[in-house]
Amino acid sequence: MIAFRYALRSWTGRLGVLLIGVLVLAVAVSYVWVPHDPARVVPGDKWLGMSADHWFGTNGAGKDLFSVVLVGARISLFVALASSLIAGVIGLALGVLSAITPRYVGEPLANLIDVLIALPTLVLALVLVGLFKGSLLTVSAAIGFSSGVVLARIVRAEVARVLTQDFILAAQSSGTSTWRTVRRHILPNIAPIAIVQLSLIAALAILAEASLSYLGLTSRSRPSLGFELGELQKTVTVHPWPVLFPGLVLVLATLGFNLLGDGLRDATDPRLRTSGPRAAGVPTSPSPTVSTAMVNPLMPGAPLPGGPSEP
Amino acid sequence: MSLLAVTDLTVRFGESTVVDRVSFSIERGERLAIIGESGSGKTLTALSVIGLVPDAAVVTGSVVFDGQELLGRRDRELSKLRGEAIAMVFQNPLTALNPLMRVGKQIAEPLRRHHDMDRAAASRAAIELCDRVGLPEPDRAARAFPHQLSGGQRQHIGIAMALACRPALLIADEPTTALDVTVQADVLALLAELIASEETSLLFITHDVALVPRVADDVLVMRHGAIVESGLVGAIIEAPQHPYTQQLLDAARKTALPPDEHLDEIAVGHD
Repeated sequence: MIAFRYALRSWTGRLGVLLIGVLVLAVAVSYVWVPHDPARVVPGDKWLGMSADHWFGTNGAGKDLFSVVLVGARISLFVALASSLIAGVIGLALGVLSAITPRYVGEPLANLIDVLIALPTLVLALVLVGLFKGSLLTVSAAIGFSSGVVLARIVRAEVARVLTQDFILAAQSSGTSTWRTVRRHILPNIAPIAIVQLSLIAALAILAEASLSYLGLTSRSRPSLGFELGELQKTVTVHPWPVLFPGLVLVLATLGFNLLGDGLRDATDPRLRTSGPRAAGVPTSPSPTVSTAMVNPLMPGAPLPGGPSEP
Repeated sequence: MSLLAVTDLTVRFGESTVVDRVSFSIERGERLAIIGESGSGKTLTALSVIGLVPDAAVVTGSVVFDGQELLGRRDRELSKLRGEAIAMVFQNPLTALNPLMRVGKQIAEPLRRHHDMDRAAASRAAIELCDRVGLPEPDRAARAFPHQLSGGQRQHIGIAMALACRPALLIADEPTTALDVTVQADVLALLAELIASEETSLLFITHDVALVPRVADDVLVMRHGAIVESGLVGAIIEAPQHPYTQQLLDAARKTALPPDEHLDEIAVGHD
């Protein structure tokens, strides 16, 4: 994947990939090994502190928090992936269709997209969860659908831009069919933008699922990080520290996808491509975005340590 | 019977008429140039022939290719002709190639579409075509991405792609305008050589009168969407009848040496 190689050029991209890597690794480990049964209530072990046996301590029911968080991360990752998959399918299909079909089909489709965008994600998710039980798929479908239509509008604009380029006319003039033109010429050229959006959608999905579980609206058969946060919140004044663990994992997972998205966007925006490792040898001409955000107050003109113009 | 007979071709966008009752014909093996300033409707005339005008355009008249009327045919039927019987070379080789696709694959596209070649055969044919259009190291050129090639090399690729299926008619829309002068001569020579050896008819569109004698036998002069003068290239250059043609010729003479010498000199210098 060329896009991911680009992402690794900026420190945001690298950190994003690292955080997501840790998340994926943790989820993989959770299928092989979990120190304690996350659902087992041990009344004698309430609110234990961190120890070799209970790395994150225990909660008010005596459940091992590390195990709860490890297994809960599965849900976050699943929702992130499933939502962006659904969003990708909906966004690409609607976006491409509305751009390449004749005006009398494409315009109404574009209007429909605009109407669907007006539905707020969380409210739609609440309604769907209320109607069809709070299964993970329902939650993912709700998040995927509402972010998919937003993606569709971005994709439509991108496809319209690509369509004006000569190589599309060249493909048509050599008899390439519409479907083949979409597959071989249009999709590869909009892929960078779509990938960036999908990683941001994944971050949004983790937060949305956590919010729904926090409110107690999703199925309780699986321990989710948001649900655990909601439970711990009830006693937060007495036992403030356990909240940190599921909270931090959520923050880091969301941050990971957000940073990956940012890194990918920086890498795919040609105006920003001069920053990062490539510009290391030319500190006199940093891109304007970098120079305004990263000026070292002590030595104007010198890059901040660890800033984007470091190799 | 003419290979291509265009009669009273008119292209309208709403109220404005962009191409106005244009008629011309191209015989087999004939090379016809359309000259005119930008906005004179020459490109739209060419695009109407293969049915690739923008959706908003209303095209009337008649375009008969090889005995078949093309206007009003469905896109699916036309796309069988495009690339196979009528192919096109574009003005700007920097944008006419997909930046994310290896050029060999792009040359192979029309072959896979029209000659049902499998991937391996088409990629071998693409390398042969790269060789045919004179690219050094054809197998490496075929594996290159467009940005790894120079503008001139990219236009060679564009020509290879257009000629892949040995079309009966090649439309070249300002194929040298975006190239620098030394490369122009090179591309023109290649085009003339290939057209002659494949016995392809040529519709050459340009605003540069100086190029016309090198690639065309006949010429149409267009202005504001209508033909103002037509005839043999030699006759028109020697004795233009219409004041606009006179203007075009004067402009060409003023900017440089007489058209023929100008180009010959460059071609010699380049060889």
